[in-house]
Amino acid sequence: MTTETLDLTALRHRDPGAFRQLVETYSPRIYDLALKMLGNPGLAEDILQETFTSAYKAIDRFEGRAHISTWLYRIAYNAVLMHLRREKSIADIQSLDDDVDIDTLPTLSECKDAPERRLMQTELIQKMDEALANLSEALRIVVVLRDIEGLSTAETAQVLDLSETAVKSRLHRARLALRAQLAPYLQDLRLQRL
Amino acid sequence: MKCQEMLGALSDFIDGELEAHLCAEIEAHMRDCPDCQVMVDTLRKTMVLYRKYGQSQVPDDVQHRLYAVLDLETLKTEES
Repeated sequence: MTTETLDLTALRHRDPGAFRQLVETYSPRIYDLALKMLGNPGLAEDILQETFTSAYKAIDRFEGRAHISTWLYRIAYNAVLMHLRREKSIADIQSLDDDVDIDTLPTLSECKDAPERRLMQTELIQKMDEALANLSEALRIVVVLRDIEGLSTAETAQVLDLSETAVKSRLHRARLALRAQLAPYLQDLRLQRL
Repeated sequence: MKCQEMLGALSDFIDGELEAHLCAEIEAHMRDCPDCQVMVDTLRKTMVLYRKYGQSQVPDDVQHRLYAVLDLETLKTEES
């Protein structure tokens, strides 16, 4: 289902059926974003519930100028930031420093996986999750929105309140960092000798 | 174009968002630079891995609790 098939008028009137359609359509993507940003299924569930509770309260103020998924991602990302700010300073959150100890970071591999993921080698999936978790939040969210969730550069910039140039710059750094971490596994898959 | 210059433009190149004349420069450079060929290839594969296999699903119990919190668990849509 896409935004085009969602009844925005019914949503603004908090029609329960329309809202359930909204939840069914976007809850997997919101949960995925929260899980990748926080690395904790319990916290991801909290963000998921908070996002849709907030959306329900504010849906009558959704003007439709942005894609509704962009609006939801923005709510979810703000909730993630609020959580992170409770744990550390804003300066740390906004840092682009990638020097993070991978051993201290959670992996996402124990969570329920999409069918496609089950077909992948477990070790590679774990390494992909670890590599993503090893990025700073500022780089990770750009990869999540742009490469995993499939938002455009403009939509990603809108969610994060950044310029498109900044999104591209962060995405480029993030992709290079991910590639560097996955290099040995790409070799194993015989995709290309690095 | 030198390798370092090319590196800075690779994301846009792979995304198809680079200007045509710069794409031509990169392609010309790659013809004579095996290292950069490998870099482009592996970067593209990294992006494909995340695009194809990066998403997780919501566990059923999490989804049910979400509906309960939103008081939507008794509603059915056409798809459900």
